[in-house]
Amino acid sequence: MFRVFLTVLGRDLTLAMRRRTDVLTALFFFIIVVSLFPLGIGSQKETLRFIAPGVVWVAALLASLLVLERLFADDYADGSLEQMLLIPQPLVIVVLAKITAHWLLTGLPLVLIAPLVGVQYHLDPQEQLAMMAVLLIGTPILSLIGAIGAALTLGLRGGGVLVALLILPLYIPVLVYGAGAVARVMGGSEDITAYFQLLGAFLMLALVLSPPATAAALRISSE
Amino acid sequence: MHINWFKYSAPVNFYPLAGRLILPFALLAIVLIVFGLYWGFAQTPDVLSDQKQYYRIIYPHVASAWMSMWLYVVMVAWALVGLVFNTRLSFMMASATAPTGALFTFIALVTGAIWGKTSWGTWWDWDPRLTSELILLFLYVGYMALQSAIEDPRRSDRASAVLAIVGLICIPIIFWSINCPDPNQCASLHQQSSLKYVESNILLAMLVTAVGFWMYSFAVIFMRVRRLILQRERNASWVAELPEVK
Repeated sequence: MFRVFLTVLGRDLTLAMRRRTDVLTALFFFIIVVSLFPLGIGSQKETLRFIAPGVVWVAALLASLLVLERLFADDYADGSLEQMLLIPQPLVIVVLAKITAHWLLTGLPLVLIAPLVGVQYHLDPQEQLAMMAVLLIGTPILSLIGAIGAALTLGLRGGGVLVALLILPLYIPVLVYGAGAVARVMGGSEDITAYFQLLGAFLMLALVLSPPATAAALRISSE
Repeated sequence: MHINWFKYSAPVNFYPLAGRLILPFALLAIVLIVFGLYWGFAQTPDVLSDQKQYYRIIYPHVASAWMSMWLYVVMVAWALVGLVFNTRLSFMMASATAPTGALFTFIALVTGAIWGKTSWGTWWDWDPRLTSELILLFLYVGYMALQSAIEDPRRSDRASAVLAIVGLICIPIIFWSINCPDPNQCASLHQQSSLKYVESNILLAMLVTAVGFWMYSFAVIFMRVRRLILQRERNASWVAELPEVK
């Protein structure tokens, strides 16, 4: 079963490496959105620091939403998804591998680029570290929840807009705690364990519940 | 004795039953809502002596807020029944429930905003309860959007059922995520539920109004489900023999 996981993961990563622009789109979307706010709001240091946690998280939400459609769409279009539905190993494993690959390609780059954003918004090293840490826990949740929406809207006209409507309300807890933790550190508090614990709890919950729901949605969408 | 539990899960049997039930539920709804609101608006004592009569919007506000949450649970229950037993009618009930639920959510938000403007001095506040009610409205809208985006009724039923169930799991999480862990950070304007302290006349009027709204939901959902049955079963022979179709 673990071999299936590794096979699908390796396949998705290889496919993405052959078409690198797909991966970079989300990353540059994130950077551009984050860079737009100082231009629109004004570049006073205090204002920027004040809005930084919220802006970064909303941009991360939108960036992860932007690439969701591609999670299953290519496999659906060329028929390989149907082959995956037919293999004897549980579909949940395949789904989990695909989500993991998706996060490695679209979520992890956001975490790694976060210090750059921190510089743009005048954050201290400690605040940047907190931002990276919550993004590291938070972005997998976004990929997991988003996978359900991507599977439900597979092959629909205007699927991208629809996914936003279905999934954004469910992203709210991650936004609240992710931005809350960073704002807390900026407020001078050292202890943000509660935020990490809650985000960790969401991650565990999503890790258990999302793959079966996504698998069920894939079966419904492709019958 | 043998009971056929699934008799009314067949659209052919449920269609006339729903038709017979609409009138009683509609009459009950009218009587209860008129009585509840009249009692609430005119017959409850002035508990607030300083003329703050605007509190009386509580009757439609609380009743519709209750119904908005209850109907989501009902919708998910029908979606679950549909996924488990694979019955067409359950999915039709679920999709017939969604618009009424969204309507009550909207009413709760609007009456709440009016009440908020008069008593707090603001139409809207990013308070946990208000925000979760708004998210509930988004979930209803998402459910209806997904349903109408998929043309194949079988797929659209099952996909939106999965979405509704995922939404139900998320509702408590969203509620407590906005009710943040640190009470100092989120001063909420909306008071906590305090039914125990409400004067019994007011409580009764509120309950009667809520039951009236519930009866209204029954009537409207039956009307909507009958239309759905006709639409989806239009090729069945029993539909062609109905007097209203001939």
